Amino acid sequence: MLRFEQVWFRRAEFSLSIDGSILGPGITAVIGPSGAGKSTLISLIAGFEVPTAGQIYWGESPITMMPPDQRPVSVIFQDHNLFPHLNAVTNVALGLSPCANPNDTSREAARSALSIVGLEKLGASLPGELSGGQQSRVALARALVTKKPLILLDEAFSALGPALRTEMLNLLKSVLAERTVLLVTHNPEDALQVSQQTLFLEGGRVWSAIGTDELFARPHKHLKAYLDKGD
Amino acid sequence: MASGPQSLGWIGRTGIAFAVSVPTIILLSVAAIISVAEAGSGLTSGDWAALRFTIWQATLSAVISVLLAVPLARALARRNFVGRGVVITLLGAPFLLPVIVAVFGLLAVFGRNGVLNAVLETFAFEPISIFGLHGVVLAHVFFNLPLATRFILQGWQEIPAERFRLAASLGMDTQAINRHLEWPMLKKVLPCAFVVIFAVCTTTFAVALILGGGPRATTVELAIYQSLRFEFDLRRAAFLALMQIGIMVLLAFIAHRILAPALLSHRMDRPVIRWDGRGFAIRMIDYGVIVGAIGFLLMPITMVMIQGLPKILSLPAVVWESLFRSLIVAVSSTIIVLGILIPMSYAAARRPRQSVWIESAGLMSFAVSSLVLGTGLFVVINPIMRPDMLALPITALVNALATLPFALRSVLPAFCQAEADYGRLADSIGLTPWARLKFIFLQRSKREIGFIAGLAAALSMGDLGVITLFALPDTPTLPLQIYRLMGAYRMQEAAGASVLLLLCSFGLFWLLDQGARRVEI
Repeated sequence: MLRFEQVWFRRAEFSLSIDGSILGPGITAVIGPSGAGKSTLISLIAGFEVPTAGQIYWGESPITMMPPDQRPVSVIFQDHNLFPHLNAVTNVALGLSPCANPNDTSREAARSALSIVGLEKLGASLPGELSGGQQSRVALARALVTKKPLILLDEAFSALGPALRTEMLNLLKSVLAERTVLLVTHNPEDALQVSQQTLFLEGGRVWSAIGTDELFARPHKHLKAYLDKGD
Repeated sequence: MASGPQSLGWIGRTGIAFAVSVPTIILLSVAAIISVAEAGSGLTSGDWAALRFTIWQATLSAVISVLLAVPLARALARRNFVGRGVVITLLGAPFLLPVIVAVFGLLAVFGRNGVLNAVLETFAFEPISIFGLHGVVLAHVFFNLPLATRFILQGWQEIPAERFRLAASLGMDTQAINRHLEWPMLKKVLPCAFVVIFAVCTTTFAVALILGGGPRATTVELAIYQSLRFEFDLRRAAFLALMQIGIMVLLAFIAHRILAPALLSHRMDRPVIRWDGRGFAIRMIDYGVIVGAIGFLLMPITMVMIQGLPKILSLPAVVWESLFRSLIVAVSSTIIVLGILIPMSYAAARRPRQSVWIESAGLMSFAVSSLVLGTGLFVVINPIMRPDMLALPITALVNALATLPFALRSVLPAFCQAEADYGRLADSIGLTPWARLKFIFLQRSKREIGFIAGLAAALSMGDLGVITLFALPDTPTLPLQIYRLMGAYRMQEAAGASVLLLLCSFGLFWLLDQGARRVEI
């Protein structure tokens, strides 16, 4: 369980406050208009930003001041997920041994993670030789090998076409079923498709996560405005 | 930008250590100079003459270079011809050219026994001499005309192509275009070019050493050298060094912001499509200017080649020994500059808010010319041990520090971009500092690092500054050896050795610049 205790973040004109918890395992969608603070939320959880006040807990242990790599967190970004000059196996293996020459054990683990995401034959390919969907799969494989319990996806699939995105979301659901997943997306349909619960952000304010079906069945006025207007 | 708990790692901490120690070395040598140069020790009239000459020759050199560069840059901007790219690349070459080689070439063309005087004599004209003011200015124009041209050409390229289209659709003639499009650009670019070249011309010790001298053509730096080497007057040398620092501090901060981009920009290979200047006469003038400039720049080098190539295999052993010393200096200098540059850039990229501070630390050597830094180190070392014992290490170090500002301006943006793209990914998977350096930074800045390595090697290979302050008679580097051969009128050997130096400088540059791009990391 990820828990926020009166977390407040302020940078220049922007501020974000969040209190409450996100239950796992399972997928929680994070939706809201641009500039609402979705990426800031991810940065706070991943450790790229430090809150101005408050504490973030994973279970019972505070993670607020931990460096990113020591948190129980694995992140998949929108772009620059893979080092372009390293092949798929090495990119994935870096998740286990983040050093200049990943060892054979981690390469072996990388190969099996790649086969879980359906890329067993493409381990030697460079990212540039892979399609957008395949690149996302490599990034997902790296999240798998890390064995971290919390996975953050920051608009990870937003560059993919609709069919491919659906395919990736289904893959996500099947391979990450046992972990807690936060899926930031600007497509509310993504939330409906895969998430048990949804978190709605607007103007630095976070509405507590509730069941996705419930949320969309009776949207409050802010969500309604967002859904009607689009982004 | 991430501002979270990012660790610097051992590489970043090393970089911070350099960001502190590099300015410390520079300040220490300035402090040493100040402590020796007691107030009221007084300057002779000769010292004031040196100051006046320094400013006068730099002004003349900068004005002539910039004025000649305008028509050349304009011709290159509006003409598209086969080999245009080669000509523009050639304009970057004098920066790497060892001063002694260029001066040897200029003497072969314009000197007492040169081509020009031979022509003049056949027509019964008085021979001209290029020692003194003429020679210093000529050499400075030779080195800085290309620099000024690249500068101004860049200004021309930055005028949006749409404006020329607009001008064409309005039916503007050459004069109108000149007034409305080109003159506003020149008004901005020319003063910058002037300041940069002026600054360069106050610190070209080697030019003054070979072509200047005497009461009427001694620069401040040459006066420093003379009082240190011949009069053993540390006080006077220190006072003159302070004078030189004064000149540089005035110019340095204006100069550094403009200099590096002009040298390093690779975006000049695109001619602007223009609808004016299509007349026959204007075309002929443009091509005439281009051919004339190429001739002026290539003639001296060609003369060196013609005179030197046949002699290269029969050079005496002392020349080969000095070549060996120069290669050691060049390689050490390159290793030093990369060893400082990479950790400093790493630290700056990881700490974006402190990067300005880190970069300024590296830029400090702009304010203190190599010769002045050398003087300072001489003053520091002199009481402890014989300075000549450290001639080669000091030459390598001072040249590395002189290259550091260019290096930082070129490599730092690449490091920062790499950090912006991959920094968070690396943080989240916890890449070790070494892996981060290898996968993120080096991978993304191979080109820049190769260029800087080449530059450092070529510049220190051709150095004829600091080495003259320190070296013993029997252990010269190659440029110093050539200088001595010229002094002894052994011109054929000097020509052969010049070709050797030329080939090694450009060879090292090419090897490192091109080699780095092909390295698989």
